[in-house]
Formats: sequence, C-alpha cells, structure tokens
Amino acid sequence: MWIFYVLAGVLSGIIGGMGMGGGTLLIPILTIFFALDQHLSQALNLLVFIPTGIISVIIHAKNKMLDFKSFFYIIIPAIVSSILLSMISNGVRSETLKIIFGIFLAVLGVILFIISIINHYKNKKLTKKLGV
Amino acid sequence: MDNKLLKILGLFGAGILIGSVNGFFGGGGGMICVPLLLTLGLSSKKAHATAILTMLPISIASSVVYYSYGAVDWSIFLFLCIGSVLGGIIGAFVLKKLSNEALSFIFSILMIGVGIRMCF
Repeated sequence: MWIFYVLAGVLSGIIGGMGMGGGTLLIPILTIFFALDQHLSQALNLLVFIPTGIISVIIHAKNKMLDFKSFFYIIIPAIVSSILLSMISNGVRSETLKIIFGIFLAVLGVILFIISIINHYKNKKLTKKLGV
Repeated sequence: MDNKLLKILGLFGAGILIGSVNGFFGGGGGMICVPLLLTLGLSSKKAHATAILTMLPISIASSVVYYSYGAVDWSIFLFLCIGSVLGGIIGAFVLKKLSNEALSFIFSILMIGVGIRMCF
C-alpha cells in the first residue's frame, strides 16, 4: 500500500512543482482512491506542503525572488483567517465538506479552463503579428 | 485614495481570501495567491516565489489546528512526503519542456471532472 502513497505524492509533487496547485490534486486522490476521510486528507495535504515549501523558499530567497514588502501586508490577515476557517472547517461534517470541496474544485477548473482558452487565442494573435 | 494605500488594502484583502480558502479546504491557497499577486503588480517569477513564502506559515498554522481536531497518520505523511519531494524535482524539470498552455487546459478539465465526482 505504501508504494501507492509514494506515487500519489510524486503525482501531486509534479503538478505542484509546475506551479499548478499540487494540493488541489492530492486531496481528491486521497479521498477517492484511498477512501481517506476528507479532514484527514486536508490535514495531510497541509503537512506535506511544509517540507517542500521550506526547500522552495530557501531556493527562491537565494535567487532574491521574494517580495517581502507584499508578504508583510498579506501574512497577518492570512494567518488569522486561516486559523479561523480551519476551525470552522473542522466543525463541518466530513461528507458535507467533501461536496463543498468538489464544488470549489470544479469552479476553479472552469476558471482555469476559461483562462487557458483566452491565453491560447492571445498567443495565436501574437504569433500572427510577429509572423512566426 | 492614493495608489499606495490601495495596494496595501488589496494585499490585506488578498491575505484574508488566501487564508480563508487554504484554511477551509486545506489547500488551494497557492492557486489563488499567484493570480492575486500578479494583479497587484508582481512579476510572474516573484509572484510564484512570494506565494510559496505566504503559503508556508499559513499551512503551518492550519496544520496545527487540523492536528488539534484529529489524529494524523504519520506513516502516510512520510510516504506522501518522499513522493512529493521527488515529484517536485521532476515537475521543476518537466515545466521547462512542456507547453504550459496545453497543460493548464488538461488540468482544468481534470479539475472539473474530479470536482463533480466528489459531489456524488
């Protein structure tokens, strides 16, 4: 069984490494294929992000890619709201949370779908203009 | 209202939104953090890097809350971590080779499908 967990990690790591939200993939994998509880899947996803996140931040800091000024204004409201909403989330029944998560995922998917279509036509116009 | 104050308010609002989504869903904050930072004027590379910096303390804070509500299976965590670090390295290399446009198109359809599947 453990090998499948490693594989699930690899898959979400690849998607995450490409900057497309590995977590949005790992959580449904854990609930659908491993039949794990929705809350446990979400907790695991949060925890799995920490070691990879630390490595990425160190690399980005070395390359001077971090905007600390923006970070400073974002982080305080973000931490407060994340703690609050984590508590609310844990008060919701697992089955209900799974459905809400599914809707959230589908909505994000539709937005990403529209954006990728728009980008496709923008790039097409650009290549035409450049005559490539 | 001057531009600087507007940007600070924007960052503050973005923080509330990112924290809320990531706390409630245990993920997905990064996917909205990057476009928000881009809208607020950061370059693409800086937006991605700063998003990870933002997600790190939020994820740690949320993890503590989730942990306090229920036990975490640490052996599953360990296997997922090993895979995720490996996948992250592969993903960083693949990114340079594949077309981002086609990938986000495929990924978006996958998300819609999986999302609907989770509702039933």
